[in-house]
Amino acid sequence: MDLKLLTYIIVGLSFVLYIGVAIWARAASTGEFYVAGGGVHPVVNGMATAADWMSAASFISMAGLIAFLGYGGSVYLMGWTGGYVLLAVLLAPYLRKFGKFTVPEFIGDRYYSRTARIVAVVCLIFISFTYVAGQMRGVGIVFSRFLEVDITTGLITGMGLVFFYAVLGGMKGITYTQVAQYVVLIFAYTIPAVFIALQITGNPLPQLGLGGTVESGEPFLHKLDTVVQELGFAAYTSSSMSTINIFAITFALMAGTAGLPHVIVRFFTVPKVKDARSSAGWALVFIAILYTTAPAVGAMARYNVHATVNSAVTASGGDLFATDSALLYEARPEWMRRWEQTGLLKFEDKNGDGRIQYYNDKNTSAGFTARAEAAGWKGNELTVDNDIMVLANPEVAGLPNWVIALVAAGGIAAALSTAAGLLLVISAAISHDLLKGVFMPHISEKSELLAGRLAAAVAVMIAGYLGYNPPGFVAQVVAFAFGLACASLFPTILLGIFSKTMNKEGAISGMLVGLGFTFGYILYFKGIFITPMAENIPANWLFGISPEGIGMVGAILNVVVALVVSKLTAPCPDHIQHMVEDIRTPRGSGLAHSH
Amino acid sequence: MEKPNGGEAYWRATLGLLTTVLVLWFIVSYGFGILLRPILDGIHLGGYPLGFWFAQQGSIYAFLALIFWYAARMNKIDREHDVHED
Repeated sequence: MDLKLLTYIIVGLSFVLYIGVAIWARAASTGEFYVAGGGVHPVVNGMATAADWMSAASFISMAGLIAFLGYGGSVYLMGWTGGYVLLAVLLAPYLRKFGKFTVPEFIGDRYYSRTARIVAVVCLIFISFTYVAGQMRGVGIVFSRFLEVDITTGLITGMGLVFFYAVLGGMKGITYTQVAQYVVLIFAYTIPAVFIALQITGNPLPQLGLGGTVESGEPFLHKLDTVVQELGFAAYTSSSMSTINIFAITFALMAGTAGLPHVIVRFFTVPKVKDARSSAGWALVFIAILYTTAPAVGAMARYNVHATVNSAVTASGGDLFATDSALLYEARPEWMRRWEQTGLLKFEDKNGDGRIQYYNDKNTSAGFTARAEAAGWKGNELTVDNDIMVLANPEVAGLPNWVIALVAAGGIAAALSTAAGLLLVISAAISHDLLKGVFMPHISEKSELLAGRLAAAVAVMIAGYLGYNPPGFVAQVVAFAFGLACASLFPTILLGIFSKTMNKEGAISGMLVGLGFTFGYILYFKGIFITPMAENIPANWLFGISPEGIGMVGAILNVVVALVVSKLTAPCPDHIQHMVEDIRTPRGSGLAHSH
Repeated sequence: MEKPNGGEAYWRATLGLLTTVLVLWFIVSYGFGILLRPILDGIHLGGYPLGFWFAQQGSIYAFLALIFWYAARMNKIDREHDVHED
C-alpha cells in the first residue's frame, strides 16, 4: 500500500477514535466543562496532563533542537520535566484544596482583588494564545507533508476537530480524548526510536542505546563527538552556552512550566488533595517516557544524517575528507528528495562537484580551514531544518511505511491535545473570570456554559488565523510564554500559598514588575512589533542571560517587589489569612465548585 | 473548625519535607547536570559521560523518584497530624 493512502487511513482512524471518545464523554454542567466534574482518577489525569503538556514542540521540534545543540539541549529536557517537581510540592495540592475552576480565580480570591484577577487573565490569555498558534502551525506542517494537502486545508481540518471536542466536550471530553491522544503519540514516538537504537547500537532501549556502542565497539557518544568535531562542529556532549545562561534558561522553563495555566488547571480535576500530589508524579512518568527517549532520537538522527551524506562515518578507517566519501547528489536517498520539496532541506553545490559536503563552514580555526580547503570544499552545502528530524527519522532509518504514517498521526495528536487544553483555559478565563467574575456576576450556569462554548469557538478561529498567518514572531514569542509564566503567575501563586501576610498591593505590583521587566527585556532584544534595540548577542545581555532565560530574573524581581510593597502597605485581612491556613491542610477538600 | 488539628506542627513538617525535596531537586539538575558537569564528565557510566547523563537522563529519573517519595511522605504526615482526607 502506498505511503499516502496508509497515512490517510491511520490518521483517519485516530480521528474517529478521538471523536468517539469525545461523544462518549461530553460535558453537561459547568463543573464538567471546566474541571471534568472533579472526579478524574490520578493516573488517568496524569496521562491526560502528559498529552496536554507535550505539544507539537515536544513531539516535532525538541529532538531536532537537541540534535543540533547536543548537551545544550539539556535545558529543554531538565526544564520541561523539573517543573513537575515544583508543581507537585509547591502548587498542585494547595490549589486543589482551594477548589475553584481557574487560576485567575485563585489569584483574585487570595488577593481579594478584581484587579489582580484581571491582570492574571491578561497573562493567561497572552501565554495561551502564543502556544496555541504554534500548535496550529504544527498541524498544518504535518498535514501538508504527509497528506500532501495544502496548509489551509490541514488547518481547517484540525480546527474543525478541536472545535468539535473542546467546545462540546469541555474539560471532560478533552481529558478522555487526551488519554487516547497520549497513547497514539507515545507509540508514534517510541517505535521508530527503538528501531533506530537497535540499528545503530544493537540495544532496543533508546535510553540505554545512547550510552551503548556502535558496531566497532566504540561508545556511540564518543563516536558522534569525534565525527562532528572532525567536521568542524562543537563536540556533541559539551556546551557552547555559558553556564549562567544554561542555569537561567533551565530555571525559566521549570518555573514557567509550573506557572502555565493549562497545566495547573489539570490538577483541579482530581478528587482529592493527595491525588493532586501523586497525579503530578504520574504525569511525569508519562512525560518521561518521551523525554528520556528524545535525547537518543536527537543524537541518533544527527548521526544518521552525517552517515547518510558521508560514507566515511560508518566505514572503518574512512576519511571524512576524501572526495568519494561525500554522497553524490544524484544518488541521494528518497527521503531527501521528499523533504527537499518542502523546502526544509536544501542542497547548494558550492564547489560544483555534484557531491554533498556537510560540515561547519563557520569554524575558523586554522587547522580546520586548511583541511577543508585541501579537500576542495567551498562551504557547507546542506541545510537541514531542526523540525524535520523527528518526522524524517523513520524514513532516514528506512523503516516501513506504517511507522512513517504512525509518526504523522502522533504529531497531529500532540498538536491537537495541547491546542484543546489551551483553548479550554482561554474560554474558562473569559466566561468564568471575566463574565461571571467581573462583568455579569448573576449569569446563570446555563448561560455561562454557553458563553464558555462561544469563547472556545472564537478562540479556535483566532488560533486558526494565527496558525495560517503566523505573525513573523511565533518562534520568538515562545520565550515570552515561559518567561511571562515564570515571572508573573508562578511567584504570585507561590507567595499566595506560602506567605500568609502577602497582600493585594504586594501581589499586584510584583506581577506587574515581573511581567513588565521580562516583557521589556525580550522586546529589547527580539523586537516584536518594533526593531530590536540591541543585537541579541551574549556581550549585550544582562548578567549574560539570554531573553529565553530572563524570566528567572523577572521572577526574583517579582518576589522582591512584592515583599517590600507588602511591608509598606495595609496588612492582609484576617479572613484571607484564615483562608490560607485552610488551603494548607488537606482535610475538607470538596469537589471543585464555583463559589 | 477554625484551627484544624494540624496547626503549626503540621506546617513545619510539611515545610521540612518540601525543603529536602527541593534541595535534592536542585542537586541532581543544577548541581550534577549543570554546575558540576565538567568535573563529572570525567567519570563514565557505560558510554555516557556522567554529567551529560545527569543532564539528559538521570535528573528526569530523580525528579520522578522525588515526586512519588514526596507524595508518600506527605500522606504519612497528613495522618500523623490527623488532617488527612477520608
